[in-house]
Amino acid sequence: MAAEVHLQEERYIFKPTLRRNIFIFLIIGVVVFGLGLFLAMRSEGQGEAAGHGTKGHASVEATHDMTASLQHETQDEDTAADQHKTEGGAHHESDSWVKRLFTTLWMNNVFFTGLGIIGLFFVAIQYAAQAGWSSGIKRIPLAMGSWIPYAGVLMIGLWFLVKGDLFHWSHSGLFDANGPEFDPIINGKGGFFYWPLAKGTFPAFFMGRMVIFFGMWFLFFTWIKREMLQEDLAGGVTTTHWLKARKFSTWFLLFFAVSSSVSAWDWVMSIDTHWFSTMFGWYMFASWWVTGLAFITLVVVFLKDAGYLKIVNANHLHDLGKFVFAFSIFWTYIWFGQFLLIYYANIPEETVYFIERMKTAPYSWIFFANLFLNFVLPFLLFMTRDAKRHMTMLKVVCPIVIIGHWLDFFNMITPGVMHFEGGVGFLEIGTAMIFMSAFLLVVLTALSKMPLFGKNHPMLEESLHHHI
Amino acid sequence: MDADKHFIVGVFDDEEVLLKGIGKIRGNGVKIHDVYSPFPVHGIDDALSIKRSRLPIAAFMFGMTGTALALLMQIWMLGYDWPMIIGGKNHASLPPFIPVTFELTVLLAALGMVGTFFIASDMKPYKWPRQFDLRSTEDKHVMAIDLAINSGKTKDELRSLLRDSGASEVNEKSFE
Repeated sequence: MAAEVHLQEERYIFKPTLRRNIFIFLIIGVVVFGLGLFLAMRSEGQGEAAGHGTKGHASVEATHDMTASLQHETQDEDTAADQHKTEGGAHHESDSWVKRLFTTLWMNNVFFTGLGIIGLFFVAIQYAAQAGWSSGIKRIPLAMGSWIPYAGVLMIGLWFLVKGDLFHWSHSGLFDANGPEFDPIINGKGGFFYWPLAKGTFPAFFMGRMVIFFGMWFLFFTWIKREMLQEDLAGGVTTTHWLKARKFSTWFLLFFAVSSSVSAWDWVMSIDTHWFSTMFGWYMFASWWVTGLAFITLVVVFLKDAGYLKIVNANHLHDLGKFVFAFSIFWTYIWFGQFLLIYYANIPEETVYFIERMKTAPYSWIFFANLFLNFVLPFLLFMTRDAKRHMTMLKVVCPIVIIGHWLDFFNMITPGVMHFEGGVGFLEIGTAMIFMSAFLLVVLTALSKMPLFGKNHPMLEESLHHHI
Repeated sequence: MDADKHFIVGVFDDEEVLLKGIGKIRGNGVKIHDVYSPFPVHGIDDALSIKRSRLPIAAFMFGMTGTALALLMQIWMLGYDWPMIIGGKNHASLPPFIPVTFELTVLLAALGMVGTFFIASDMKPYKWPRQFDLRSTEDKHVMAIDLAINSGKTKDELRSLLRDSGASEVNEKSFE
């Protein structure tokens, strides 16, 4: 083959203009967020059903009737709302706008946690699979992993703030066998949250898992990053650090296989406490994974546009595009696998989840938009070879996938908390903008602190000759 | 002399030599009929200026045919010909039809692609494919040059050009 290519080290410069633009985006986000909060508080004063059409209301009533007989939780919610009106908030749950605020904070944090951890997951996959093609772009997902500690602190902090409103199972009355609120189904699941403490006290098992997951993710991130950066300091091409990084990656993948599923049950599925789906761990992982892939692709494309990453050519973009294409289909497969079984089995305890999302006013359009944005569009737009090799098309499809999966997460989390009072408004969009700016600032700062590719990576040569 | 009948055949041992040789031969204004290799050689499509295959388009068409057939079949069977109530759903409801639709889409796309590929590569069942040199299925790369099309050059000129380009062996081959 060709003589060994000696590459100059390349560094990303986080330009002040870009930083300023991200800050402007952040400020707009804060303004939109404030406006959304103001509107949410005002509509609260005008009655809770403001803005709902009569038709939507009728279907709400119908579903309420249906779900009320099936699900104690919904019943409980009804009485809560009634109490709320008569007694002026004597119940332990907050006002609607507070719940909406908490829901969107939690939802965005889960979504962006995914982007961070998927960065590390992508790097680990490349090591475990001994992939050569990606050695020029591995630093971008690695930089995304820098979000993990921030996400962890936010998640743990937010939990104490939102638990009463989001996590129905955190109410101690549900576990009191003699109390009026006793719920035998949730009581049966109590050990999963509270072990080894008494049910209804402090969820030690739940919180322990959360801390351990973030701790271990951060630890693996630190180890893999250390090996990748030490490789740069070696005198020449070396496999020492690559082998060590592969070892850490393999252990991380084993850990992530369990922790990704359990975190999906904990942070998202337990919001609909009565409901369960054996597909859910995979479903949330699939959503995280394809979003992460779209984000990595988008960053690579923008870096190339800005004149960086000369070593990345259409072949590498093609592979990234294939990743997004393939895992959009994979997500749809998981989505459908979950939907079809619940649809056909028609067991009320399971079906209620989809009735809430598919047939009621604020969520129905998102439910169908979800399939359109995350399956139909990427499937058709990314089908041809040229679409995946040209940066213009990547710049069109990747944002669609990211926004689509944000809506996917919205529909996973919001209906279980807000029932028929949720919706995508200024509040949700503003929160997403704030999270996006913070995420970008952290990731781009991390990226600017390390070389854009490992010049001593043993497979960099292979990546340069990558041809498909 | 008729076209597509008489060929001069160069045999190459190494794909790197072959790739350079293709460039040299085409640079001399010679049109190459085709090159046969025992394994895929990276970059050979560009070197020979072969246009991209339209097989994916055929695959898409076959796939769409499969989708349409599957949906029509199930809607007709379960909706009209023999309506059945399964799980209290409508006779013709979309979700349970999706798995069968998916399978038929894949099946027709795959079979259609295989068939199209065989026909496009001249591997029809009633036709024995032409072999320029049987060793192209073993360890040699074989390049065929049509004598009639390259009538501007003599046989000897072509032979020496192939030799200069790295061919380890140069033969002649004629078909009836």
